[in-house]
Amino acid sequence: MKGNLATWGNRLHSGEKTYPIVAQSARWFAISAVLMLLAVGLLVFKGLNLGIDFTGGTQYVVPNVANVSTTPAEESVAEVAPGQEPRVTVLGEDDIRVQLGDLDQDQQRDLTSALAEAYDVPQEDISFDQIGPTWGAAVGEAAVQGLVIFLLLVFGVIAVYFRAWRMAAAAILALIHDLLFTAGIYALSGFEVTPATVIGFLTILGYSLYDTVVVFDKVRENTANLHAQHRYTYGELANLAVNQTLVRSINTSVVALLPVASILFIGSFLLGAGTLKDIALALFVGMAVGTYSSIFVATPLEVALRRREKAIVEHTAKVLALRESGEADVVTREDGSVRVGALQPGEHRGVGAQPKRKRR
Amino acid sequence: MSKVTKGARKSLIWLAVILVAIYALLAVGVATGKTTLTPGLALDLAGGRQIILTPVLDEGSEQEIEQTDLDQAVSIIRQRVDASGVAEAEITTQGDNIVIGLPGNPSDETIDLVAQAAQLQFRAVLIVGDPNPTGGTAEPTPAPSAGDDAEQLDSVESTPTPSPSASSVASVVTGTEPEPEPSPSGSAVVTDAEQPATEPTPAPTEATTTPDRETTDGSSFDWLTPEAMADFNALDCLDPENYAGRTMGDPNTGYSACALDPTGPAKLAMGPVEVTGDDLETASSGPRQNQAGSFTGDYEVRLTFNDAGAAKFDEVTTRLVNLEDPRNQFAIILDGTVISHPTVNQRISNGEASISGGFTQEQAEQLANQLRFGALPLSLEVQSNQQISATLGEDQLQKGLLAGAIGLVLVALYSLLQYRALGFVTISSLLIAGATTFGVISLLSWGLDYRLSIAGVAGVIVSIGITADSFIVYFERIRDELREGRSLASAVDHAWTRARRTILVSDAISLLAAVVLYILAVGGVRGFAFTLGLITVIDVLVVFLFTHPVMVLLAKTRFFGEGHPLSGLDPRQLGREALYKGRGRVRSTASAPSSDGLTLAERKAAAKRAAAGEPSPQDVTAVDDEADAVDAANSETKGDAR
Repeated sequence: MKGNLATWGNRLHSGEKTYPIVAQSARWFAISAVLMLLAVGLLVFKGLNLGIDFTGGTQYVVPNVANVSTTPAEESVAEVAPGQEPRVTVLGEDDIRVQLGDLDQDQQRDLTSALAEAYDVPQEDISFDQIGPTWGAAVGEAAVQGLVIFLLLVFGVIAVYFRAWRMAAAAILALIHDLLFTAGIYALSGFEVTPATVIGFLTILGYSLYDTVVVFDKVRENTANLHAQHRYTYGELANLAVNQTLVRSINTSVVALLPVASILFIGSFLLGAGTLKDIALALFVGMAVGTYSSIFVATPLEVALRRREKAIVEHTAKVLALRESGEADVVTREDGSVRVGALQPGEHRGVGAQPKRKRR
Repeated sequence: MSKVTKGARKSLIWLAVILVAIYALLAVGVATGKTTLTPGLALDLAGGRQIILTPVLDEGSEQEIEQTDLDQAVSIIRQRVDASGVAEAEITTQGDNIVIGLPGNPSDETIDLVAQAAQLQFRAVLIVGDPNPTGGTAEPTPAPSAGDDAEQLDSVESTPTPSPSASSVASVVTGTEPEPEPSPSGSAVVTDAEQPATEPTPAPTEATTTPDRETTDGSSFDWLTPEAMADFNALDCLDPENYAGRTMGDPNTGYSACALDPTGPAKLAMGPVEVTGDDLETASSGPRQNQAGSFTGDYEVRLTFNDAGAAKFDEVTTRLVNLEDPRNQFAIILDGTVISHPTVNQRISNGEASISGGFTQEQAEQLANQLRFGALPLSLEVQSNQQISATLGEDQLQKGLLAGAIGLVLVALYSLLQYRALGFVTISSLLIAGATTFGVISLLSWGLDYRLSIAGVAGVIVSIGITADSFIVYFERIRDELREGRSLASAVDHAWTRARRTILVSDAISLLAAVVLYILAVGGVRGFAFTLGLITVIDVLVVFLFTHPVMVLLAKTRFFGEGHPLSGLDPRQLGREALYKGRGRVRSTASAPSSDGLTLAERKAAAKRAAAGEPSPQDVTAVDDEADAVDAANSETKGDAR
């Protein structure tokens, strides 16, 4: 595996092997557009499964019960609050969760002791969570407000750093792609959205941008002296950057996903739903999508946007004209595509290595 | 020793100094018993009750809740909680919300206490006594100290004072009818000689029933029923518990409460409530002016009553002004504590009053804030009431740490697989980052009362990935430079200048996310954002002070420098069969079979040509062409000088 990945990395680096990601941008955009439409459709028609933190209500968690059955909980609720329709679920191995609507303080107290008795656990072991109906809206509002401010700030920072607002726009669009996609997965799977999920979503912001910025930094490096050469177009050099950072992207994703996956695993099999699992789930989906988008969405999008810049349009035209006339000093593959790549320096080949007209 | 190596050693020494400083400070804290080695845990891990309250104004109210009001609410809730004996409660404002964390499983009384709105009451003072509880037999001894008289209540002068500097006062007064001069006794200044209340106990033994509001005025000693006197006697104003969260009493009976006067604690017995917070419109503070309009150097608190309040207040002041000390005082009670009990000097009929008494600016502001808060028709709405059992929290922490450990081991294994010996640099960098994070969080838990929550733990685990990524970016850069044929030392140098920029900008974005989240978010999100931001900073620290210096030093070793196959930096595996040694010389190493400098396509083409029996020189040309293109493009696309 190691040897393979490193060798593959070598070939990607030298341009020996190239995946025409930018050239096939139409394909990736189409895939992403379909996925986005699906995600929006799911969000609109199916909607998210909001947890009680957003809908308001009361939730009890009875940990470490000996008798893993939902019946005692249902009976207790029927006794204390007859009008309620509880949702009782088993979390992990031996935790019972009871979700129901609003309770007044007396009912809440009575239900705590009723549950403690029904499951034979000490009363102080029982956790409950009572959320007012407007709280979720307030939290959601704060999250959206945070998101907007964050996007504006990030747009500014990236635009200043890369000195190209189109790069910032591409990064932000890729980010929105990731968020929508993750939200779509939540709508599709019906996973519960809790405040912890929101934390996860917000982390995706940071991670997705982080990932995109690393790739863009390579693009910027490869195209720093774009106008000093007429061998390759902007799109080709950007594509080379994506290919050259492919190994990094894979390694980073694996390393970032490993701890998240281990939380998810432990959360799902040992803990049941909880803050950790909710965060990890959102992160797992978001990070995987973030890696995909930094390669297949952000860079093609960036090229698609920047190709419209006047200087780059002129440059591309010139490069293609040179190639047409056969004056360009490029290596062409058998299928006619141009090999773009960092090249192999090393031996000095004397005058034979000096530039000369191509004979082919 | 080269300059580079020296710099690297210096960085490592700095890192050691930082680590030693963190842990030495922590050790001092632990040794002196001021803190523990492990960080404090938040409610969701340690168990406890979290209540989120949102202050809501009554409908139709035009006032707005300001930050000072929130702070006031927090300080009142804190006093109540402290008074109820719950230790280590955490009360903070987050946005417009008040978040209260109570450890353990607090009683329902505590919960009710926290959520109940604070009330402001004005009652006539009957007795001012020593703060300590007196036996049932002892009679209240008024303390006719000057301190009690220090606070005086004046009408804001409605006599026109044309001084321009009095504009603020003048604007308060406008529209009020010129006030008839109060009765001559209004100016009566209390003197020690009067000693009016030495025997104030008005034989309360007979008055078994509560006097009638209609027939008994608020300053009558009839309000001191046996129960009221018993309360008064039992009250211990030296106990801080009695300064907050006490019941406000029945508004139609006598009441006892404590006052924290500048001269020391005092105990007051009072009549029924005569004016409430609802009657008060607002309060403000400012420098006091005398009648001539010049500043007196001290500060005053100005009260503005609404119409109903002005009428009630007129009635009260008219009555009090003729009474003897201390019955010419009225007490302002907020949340069961007397915040002020000024003496009435004149009748105030226009609803504009001013309390003065040698206040400093701070004291005046505090009193004004308290009054303004009491005037707000504010109630606290419980948004979230969450009880986390300690066992559940412990469970989450243990499993969370387990998940973190598993994640770390997986990351370590993957690094070793990918980077061989270089993986140890990743692992030790992660360990150093971990040690620094643990130390800093423990210190913050001590110094800033930071509490680690589940979301915080999640932040730490997630950060493993982001931290490790810095190393991956750096190592991949080194490999790229090696692929271009540099020696390891030079590759490390070049890779660092490039990777440093990438690491800094991506970490800056990460930090930005953390800061925005921290500022805007509520509750759990904050803990997460905090650890994320902290670790991002630590990541930069570790990369600069550890990973890079270690790489510089390792590049000097034979194992790495010569590219041992297990070093992870073997040029042969990176596609280089020859190392450029400088000055046109090349050091050839055993060539790897796959690396003949040809592309797959070219090899295939060569094979085809060979099969077709074409002469070989054409192959050579093709290779030459490629090399040309390579060199030229290299010098064009890469701007850096060799």
